[in-house]
Amino acid sequence: MSEQNREPGRTYDQATYAVSDDENEPLLTEKRSDTVEPGDALPDDLTRDELTLPNPEEPELARHYTRLSQMNWSIESGPYPLGSCTMKYNPPVTEDVAADPNAAVHPDRSADSIQGTVGLLAGLQDYLGRIGGMDAVTLQPPAGAAGEFTGIAVARAYHRANGEDRSEVLIPSSAHGTNFATAALAGYDVVELPSGEDGRVDMEALEAAVSEDTAALMLTNPNTVGLFERDIEAIADVVHDAGGLLYYDGANLNALLGRARPGDMGFDIMHYNVHKTFATPHGGGGPGAGPVGVTEELEPYLPNPRVAETGSGYELVESEDAIERVHGFQGNWLVLVKAYAYIARLGDSGLADASAKSVLNANYLAGQVDLAVPYGPFHHEFAATAGDAAAADVAKRMLDFGVHPPTTNWPEMVPEAMLTEPTEIESKQSLDDLAAAFDAALGSTAEERHDAPSRTTARRIDQTNAARDPRLSWQALDGE
Amino acid sequence: MSGSPYAPHTDAETAAMLDAVGAADEAELFDIPDPVAFDGEFGIESRSEQALRRELSGLLAENDDLTEFLGRGHYEHYVPSVVDSLSKRSEFLTSYTQYQPEITQGFLQALFEYQSMLVELTGLEIANCSMYDAATALGEAALLADRVRSADGEVVLVPETLREGKRSVLANYVDGAALRVEEYPTEEGTADIDALDDAVGEETVFVYAETPTVRGCIEPNLAGIGEIADAAGALFCLGSDPVALSILEEPASVGADVVVGEAGVLGLPASYGMGLGLFACKEEFLRQVPGRLVGASEDTEGTRAYTLTLQTREQHIRKQRATSNICTNQAWVALRAAMHAAYLGADGLVDLAEDCVTLAQDLAQDIDDIVGLRAPVDDRHQFREFVVGTDQPAQAVADDLEAEGFAVHVIGQHRLQVCVTDANAHAADDLVAAFEEVAA
Repeated sequence: MSEQNREPGRTYDQATYAVSDDENEPLLTEKRSDTVEPGDALPDDLTRDELTLPNPEEPELARHYTRLSQMNWSIESGPYPLGSCTMKYNPPVTEDVAADPNAAVHPDRSADSIQGTVGLLAGLQDYLGRIGGMDAVTLQPPAGAAGEFTGIAVARAYHRANGEDRSEVLIPSSAHGTNFATAALAGYDVVELPSGEDGRVDMEALEAAVSEDTAALMLTNPNTVGLFERDIEAIADVVHDAGGLLYYDGANLNALLGRARPGDMGFDIMHYNVHKTFATPHGGGGPGAGPVGVTEELEPYLPNPRVAETGSGYELVESEDAIERVHGFQGNWLVLVKAYAYIARLGDSGLADASAKSVLNANYLAGQVDLAVPYGPFHHEFAATAGDAAAADVAKRMLDFGVHPPTTNWPEMVPEAMLTEPTEIESKQSLDDLAAAFDAALGSTAEERHDAPSRTTARRIDQTNAARDPRLSWQALDGE
Repeated sequence: MSGSPYAPHTDAETAAMLDAVGAADEAELFDIPDPVAFDGEFGIESRSEQALRRELSGLLAENDDLTEFLGRGHYEHYVPSVVDSLSKRSEFLTSYTQYQPEITQGFLQALFEYQSMLVELTGLEIANCSMYDAATALGEAALLADRVRSADGEVVLVPETLREGKRSVLANYVDGAALRVEEYPTEEGTADIDALDDAVGEETVFVYAETPTVRGCIEPNLAGIGEIADAAGALFCLGSDPVALSILEEPASVGADVVVGEAGVLGLPASYGMGLGLFACKEEFLRQVPGRLVGASEDTEGTRAYTLTLQTREQHIRKQRATSNICTNQAWVALRAAMHAAYLGADGLVDLAEDCVTLAQDLAQDIDDIVGLRAPVDDRHQFREFVVGTDQPAQAVADDLEAEGFAVHVIGQHRLQVCVTDANAHAADDLVAAFEEVAA
C-alpha cells in the first residue's frame, strides 16, 4: 500500500534557546551559586564547613526548567512507539485525583484513620485481581522489576516451605533484561531457553530444560515479538509437572485486556506494569508501580502488610509466611491512585477497546511500513527488521521526521530489529505520519542516516566518549 | 457500548483500518486459543471524568483530617507551587527513559543536575539517578559491598533501632547473595561505638549507620564508625537525606563509602511512604553502581550534550550479570527534588536544616515542661523528631491526641515519637496544648 520514499507528514523542530555554540542551556551552577556556612543551631563538630549550590531566583528557576522541558520529547509531543514500553496518553484527570489533599497522608497513620486510602488500595487490589484472573494482589512493588523480584521471592518462599531447594529459573532468550537480572538477584541460576523457529517457546527445548531444579519459568505473553504463546496450556503443564511455578511478566498485558487473563492460562504469579497498561505517566523513567498477583495457594507469601476488607471497613493484615518486604513503606502510592482512576475511567468496555485498538493499530502500521516483519500474527507490537540498514541509524533519522522511533536492536532474534508498539492512542492519521517517517528514514541514504539527526536539539551524541571518560556531575566538568 | 476515551478512532477510520489489514473485525486479529480466551466481564463500570472525581474525592475524604507530627523515615517539607507546576509540564511528566538522548536533553540535564547536587551534599564523586526509596537503596548498597569486597564475609551490620521496613527490605535483597543481616547495639538513639567495635569481625562486609537516626538523633561519632568499618575491610554506608546533609558533617569527610537515604524529603509532599532512593558512592565503585547514570558528552557539532552512560552495568545489556535488576526508577521524583533544592539554594537549604534542629528542640522543651512527659528521651542533638517518654500508656495518650486532631507515633509502652518541620510547625503550639489536656 505504501509508496517508497513518501514524504513524512511533518518534520521535527524542537525548541532550542542556545545561548552559545557550546551548550543548549547552561547548567544551574553556571548561572548563579552561593556558598553558605551552617549557622549555630548545632556545635561545629557536628556540621560541615560549607555548602555550595545553585541559587536561582524563582523566575530564573521557572525559565530554566521550562527551557529544559522544551528540549524533551513526551507522549504529548507526538508518537512514542517504543516496543514493550506501552507509551499511552496519560489522562490529566488522574493527576488531579492524585493531587487531592486528602491523599497526602503519612504511612504510619492507623488504618482506622485513613479508610479512604486503604479503601482505594483495596479497590485497586480487587480490580487488578479481576483483570489478571488472580486470587490475591500486593500493591507494594514500586516498579515492574520490583514486581518480578517480589514474584520470584514468593516462588522461592513457596519452594522453601515445601522443603525444596530449587536453583534454576527458566527464561526465554527473547525476554526482558529485567527477568534475567531479577532471577540472579534472587539467587537463582538462569537457564536461557532458545526460541523456536516460529518465534515462540520451543516445547522440546523447554522439556529438555525443565527439571526438579526448576523454580519457575518467567514468560511474557504475548511475547516480545507480539506473538501469543499458543501452547501456553502445555507449557504450564510441563512446568507444573516438574513442580515449578509459572511467572507472567505483565509488560505486554495491554494486548490482552478483556481478551485473556494470565490466571486462566495457568500462570501462578504475575506482575502488572501500571505505568504501561494503566497509563500512569512514565515521568522520564519512573515512578511506576509493579503490583503482583498470585493464586490462592501463594497468597500467604505476599509481602506484609496487605489490605483486607472487614465488616465495617478496611484494615492492614499480615501473614506469618510472608516474604520480606520490597519497599520501605507501601510502594508508590500516588502512582497507584492514578492507576485506579484510569481503570475506573475506562471500565470493562474501555479496557477491552484499549486492547482492540492497540492490536488494530500495530497491524495497520505494520502494513503501511516498507519493512519486513518476520514473526506473526502479532498483537500490540511488531518486530520489523531494518534489513540491510542499521536499525539504530534508521531510528536516529526518524527523529528528524517528527516522531520518536521504536525500540531498536531488540529482541535479538530479529536482525536489526525495530520493535514497534503504537498503542491504542494513535489515530489513523497519526499512524500514517508515523509510517511516512519510517519510510522516509529508510529511503534516506546511508550517509544521511549516519549523520542524523540534524533537526533536533542535540546532534548525534558521542556515546563512546561518554563511557570512556565519565563526567557524571558538574564538578567533573570543572575547567571545561 | 463505549470504547476507551483515549482511543481516537472514528467508526469510519476503524473500518478503513480493518479493511487495510484484511480483517472483518478486531477480534479476528487476536490469536488466542479458545480454552484460554476470556469471555467474561470484569464488572468494572466506566465512569465519566466528573463521576470519577466525585467518587474518589468522596472516598479520600474518608481519611480523618489529622495534623500529622509523623516522621520515622517519611518526612514532609513544604513543596513550593513552582515545583508542582514545572514538574507537571507534560514534556517532563509524560516522557519515557532517555533512550534517544538527542530529543531528551532536557530531562537528562535535569538528572545530571540532580546527580551533581548529591555529589555536593555527600562529597562523594558518584550519584545515580535514583533508587525506589531509602530501603531499596540500602539493599542495593549491601549488594555493592558484596561485589566490591574481596573478603568472603557474609554479615551486614545495621543498628538495632533500624526501621523494620528497611531491615526487611535489606534482608530480602541480600538473601540471594547469601548474606545475613545482624544488628549492633545503640545507646541514646545512636550507635554504641564500643559494642559496634565488638560486633564487627572478619565476616563483616558492610556497616550501616544513620544520621539523623530513626529516633531523630544526630550521630556524634560518624568518623569513629567509619574507622571501625575500614579497619575490618567493610564498606561504611551512611544513611541520611539531602536536607540533613545541608548542615551535617559531609559524608566523605567521615569516611563514608556509600550514602543512601530518602531524597524525597525534597519535592514530595506526604505521600503514604512513596520515596526517592538516594544513592551515592566513591568513584572507585563506578563500574559496580546500580541504576542509571547520566553523563556529559558532546554531539557531532561539539556542543555539550547529556546521555545515559555506562549502560553495560544495566539489565537491558548485561542481563543476569547486571549490577541490579532496576529499570523504571523514580526519575520524576528526582526531577522534583532537584527543582526544590534549586528553589531553596544553599542558604534556603541551610535555613531549613537549622529549623529542623531548632523546631525539634523547642517543641521537645515545651513537651518536657508538661507533667507526665519527658522529651527528648535521648541525650543527643535532635533533627526534626525526638522520642517522648510518657507516664501514661503511650497508646492511650496517642489515641487521646488523635481525638484532638493530631497523629504521633507510638514506639513503645511509654514512648511516643514526634516529628516537626516547616510543614506542621504552625500547629506545634496546638499540639502542646493537646498534650497538656491528655497527658496528665
